Amino acid sequence: MLNKEVAVVGGGPAGLTASIELAKRNVDVTLIDENLQAGGQLLKQTHKFFGSEEHYAGVRGFNIARELIEDAKDLAVDFLLEGSIYSVYEDKVLAVKKEKSTRLISPERVIFATGASEKVINFPGWTLPGVMGAGAVQTFVNQHRVLPGRKFTIIGSGNVGTIVAYQLLQAGAEVAAIVEAADEIGSYYVHANKAVRSGDIPVYTSHTIKEATGGESVDSVKIAQVDDSWQPVPGTEKTIDTDVVCLAVGLRPRTKLTSLTGCRSIYSSTLGGEVPLHDESMETSTDGVYVAGDVAGVEEASIAIEEGRLAGVSAASSLGYISNSAEADQKEEIRGRLELLRGGKYGEERAEEKERIRSIFNERLTRRESSTVRR
Amino acid sequence: MNDSQEEKAALSEDKLFELPGFPDEEDLEDGPVAVVECPEEIACNVCEAACPFGAIKVGREIKSVPEIDPEKCVGCGQCVSQCPGLAVYLVDMNYTDEKALLTIPYEFSPLPEEGESVTGITREGNKSSPVKVEGVDEKENGTAIVKILVPKPEIHRIRGISIEENQS
Repeated sequence: MLNKEVAVVGGGPAGLTASIELAKRNVDVTLIDENLQAGGQLLKQTHKFFGSEEHYAGVRGFNIARELIEDAKDLAVDFLLEGSIYSVYEDKVLAVKKEKSTRLISPERVIFATGASEKVINFPGWTLPGVMGAGAVQTFVNQHRVLPGRKFTIIGSGNVGTIVAYQLLQAGAEVAAIVEAADEIGSYYVHANKAVRSGDIPVYTSHTIKEATGGESVDSVKIAQVDDSWQPVPGTEKTIDTDVVCLAVGLRPRTKLTSLTGCRSIYSSTLGGEVPLHDESMETSTDGVYVAGDVAGVEEASIAIEEGRLAGVSAASSLGYISNSAEADQKEEIRGRLELLRGGKYGEERAEEKERIRSIFNERLTRRESSTVRR
Repeated sequence: MNDSQEEKAALSEDKLFELPGFPDEEDLEDGPVAVVECPEEIACNVCEAACPFGAIKVGREIKSVPEIDPEKCVGCGQCVSQCPGLAVYLVDMNYTDEKALLTIPYEFSPLPEEGESVTGITREGNKSSPVKVEGVDEKENGTAIVKILVPKPEIHRIRGISIEENQS
């Protein structure tokens, strides 16, 4: 068994910034990621990010990953790559598989920054080769520079859908359509507009996918208009020639490990699904276990960067590496930036939801202390 | 397509003119000046940080919609390359008697060449008039700056170019 002060699980933006904050304060930290390299979804993002200077705004996603990884390495963060956690035992003991061997890590604190996974919708033909998630399309196109098809239909017009549409045009593919069930485009105007003006892409709002057809792989999709109760309207079907159906229908927090650890969760449709309850320091209902980034509610990379910092500072101070007064100041600064990031009509709803989660956490924590459920 | 959806993919000119990032007609006549087509509250202040002259204001509430101060804007184009939303352009209305000079961000390969004739593309993605490339500035951040000569009546419509169209 390997004893560690802190294990950070997940090497995306939240896990990297959490590790950096810990290592800066001389905490012994291991960053575990199941991939060949850290960076998470940032590695696939070729567009420049929003935010302000503190969140690497204006920098392309893969370059943000590069900078964060460099910072972490300079601070001697211990990277455990290609490490999959297959179980979490009593007292936060992490069972990690790497190559053909397994090891047990016993950390005093754990920060789960496990991100999110893609949602899927089912329709006849959805198992045909050529139907894939937006993340897979980005892995092919942006990371490996391989086009998995020539003509794409994108399901979902949120930021992921419109960004992928633009990136596909950059890669020389054709985007046959963006299909959106809601009655308006979901993404930021600027993302939608740069895609639409670069490729004259038809956007079918109030439409859903009915079917993907083809022999060995997809050769066309059938879409139909939906009514107010989201039901396809007969007679409105359209067939679109396409060889890849790209699903960009949302993300959900990846909570398998937090649930194995016993962290209590709550359902939040605004934040993508089951979300581990957490307080304003990102600590969960399990002592010494923190969450940060999309696993704590699907938001944006800039938010993940700040939540990672907050969890890192919290864990470091709980281990005695930061004085109480310094801790308060440092957290206040990060929370101030989080508040600004959650401004605007897109952010306010998420801000309210995070507040609701914190208040439920506080209520239940009070109850739990009296019934000593807390380990 | 219903109206709200079209509005969301490409703003109408009326809506654009109302934006705090859109200079008044007079200021456009005195250009070159930056045109910031950023209509929504996004937590982002890259344009403000990019401007060496303090001509774009977002403020502490970084979600605020950017505001242009045409008096301070000298038309240097720093913001054009740096805006993550590719939503800032430069308009030099009186570049020549008939043509205005439009500066756009461009992230496609290959880049156009100076002097080349390309097709102007509207904000909605439709083909417009042929336009001549007056200059290309490849930037380190990967967003090139392309200057095109645009017929004056089209200055608020054209926001992109297509190269292949003219080769075929």
